[in-house]
Amino acid sequence: MNPFLRADFSKQFRAGPVIRAEALEIAGVGVTVLFGPSGSGKTTLLRCLAGLEMPDTGEIICGDETWFAGGKNVVPTKDRRLGFVPQDYALFPHLTVAGNIAYGLRGQGVAEQQARVAEMLDWLGLNGLSARLPGELSGGEQQRVALARAVARQPRLLLLDEPLSALDLPTRQRLRGELRRLLRQLAIPSVVVTHDRLEALSFGDDLVVLNEGRIVQRGPVAEVFRRPANPNVAGILAVETVQPARILARENGLATLRVGSVQLTAVVGDLPADCTEVFVCIRAEDVILSGESERQSNPRNRLPATVRAVVNEGPLTRIELDCGFPLVAILTRQASVELALQERGATLALIKAPQIHLVPRGD
Amino acid sequence: MTGDDWQLVGFSARMAVCSTLLILPPGVALAWFLARRQWPGKALVETCVSLPLVLPPVVTGLVLLQLFGRHGPLGHWLHGQFGVDVVFTWKAVVLALGVMSLPLLVRAARTAIEEVNPALEHIARTLGAGERRVLITVTLPLARRGIFAGVLLAFARALGEFGATIMVAGNIPGRTTTLPVAIYSSVLSGDDTHAWTLAGISTGIAFVALWFGERSQRRRP
Repeated sequence: MNPFLRADFSKQFRAGPVIRAEALEIAGVGVTVLFGPSGSGKTTLLRCLAGLEMPDTGEIICGDETWFAGGKNVVPTKDRRLGFVPQDYALFPHLTVAGNIAYGLRGQGVAEQQARVAEMLDWLGLNGLSARLPGELSGGEQQRVALARAVARQPRLLLLDEPLSALDLPTRQRLRGELRRLLRQLAIPSVVVTHDRLEALSFGDDLVVLNEGRIVQRGPVAEVFRRPANPNVAGILAVETVQPARILARENGLATLRVGSVQLTAVVGDLPADCTEVFVCIRAEDVILSGESERQSNPRNRLPATVRAVVNEGPLTRIELDCGFPLVAILTRQASVELALQERGATLALIKAPQIHLVPRGD
Repeated sequence: MTGDDWQLVGFSARMAVCSTLLILPPGVALAWFLARRQWPGKALVETCVSLPLVLPPVVTGLVLLQLFGRHGPLGHWLHGQFGVDVVFTWKAVVLALGVMSLPLLVRAARTAIEEVNPALEHIARTLGAGERRVLITVTLPLARRGIFAGVLLAFARALGEFGATIMVAGNIPGRTTTLPVAIYSSVLSGDDTHAWTLAGISTGIAFVALWFGERSQRRRP
């Protein structure tokens, strides 16, 4: 299938690094996440797609329209039919909630505009706030108004820049699931910029990993997390094990999961009550390996494992295990020598329940 | 206060209002171009606009007199094309007041526009707004307090303008004489009482204008 949007450009700020979008493709369905550490160029890339920054060279083609080519924005921002949600939301401070949402609806009849605004307020649970000014809203409410404003005019491409980063932690955790649900409902091709791997996993269908201004890996989100192209990408993602799992039972804030052929216990956290299909995310340094003798230690999850590979990475050793599902552990070289780990040998992997992160998966 | 005095006050106020209204659209447009666009010659225009602030007003008046006199380039053209004479008429008063107060308006409006977060203008563009709509619905409403302060300053300046006015419009009682000019000629003719009466009126008008302006600035956005 042809991509919905194709971009191939570079942009350099004075005395800054060169940002390169090499053969960036955005699918016509689902959410593409641009992921990378701060300073990796993901926001610049997004702003170039919106036409708010001008690339130096290259081209941006959306559908059958050329947006940018030959050093010129052929189609200016106003004609790109975008929905853009910036990091700080940039709500118009002098307009009410309804006025903000209606801003992009010019050219429609008054009745039509009012109906669309009411629909948006309803959809996002903002009823009763329509006459408020942005300064009178909480962070979470502002975020939803910004989304409503972007979506109201039925854009053909939705761009969200760190949509949750301006919020405090509890609100962010609550809205992560909500925003994911909203983006699925919309079915507008979307690009979300984030540096939070849980957001990336939660929102994304496709993942584009950026580092120092370049695309270092791309692919379906679970695929990229599971198989980082190189240690550099793995370091950026910072989650070595990502596996699909199903929640079998919940009790006292703990969930029992089936992963591969084994069961794990994890802390439920902010997972929605009706969610059963999840990804389990385990960072390699959170996996403890032990000799069989250690019986008294307290981690919930004790998994007999077979060593698949032992890879030396400087002072650390990366151990790839099979414990009913593929699991990666990182040890100091000394520890791995003491444990006498070798390929096809047996060991015991211990993981504390709070160190298994659960992220919703599927529809 | 005689009938002539009332006429004088009315005339001066009308001239100040007229010149302020006249410079408002080009002044705000210029402020926007200075705040939001880069163009060759920007620094030169900036300096020329601000020049009347630092030049002795009589010098500004002298330049205007040269430009708009019957034999000056602009005056000659206006007379030839439209049969309009400017110098030593009320039009010259408006011209002098406008030129003298324009820098105050432009500087205040420019600062106000620069303080509007460009991200809001960007968002408006992503929502389909063209440059004109962005200006009218986002930039100007958000800069309005600063622009209003500039209008007020310009009006106050126009009320008190003396040097440029007397050069280019002269002192023709009932036709071009403004309050400050009348005060000056009262003092020259030894009529101190009259001078003080007019000075009191001037102070009163300025006071009311500033007080009103301060109050409206303090309201919530």
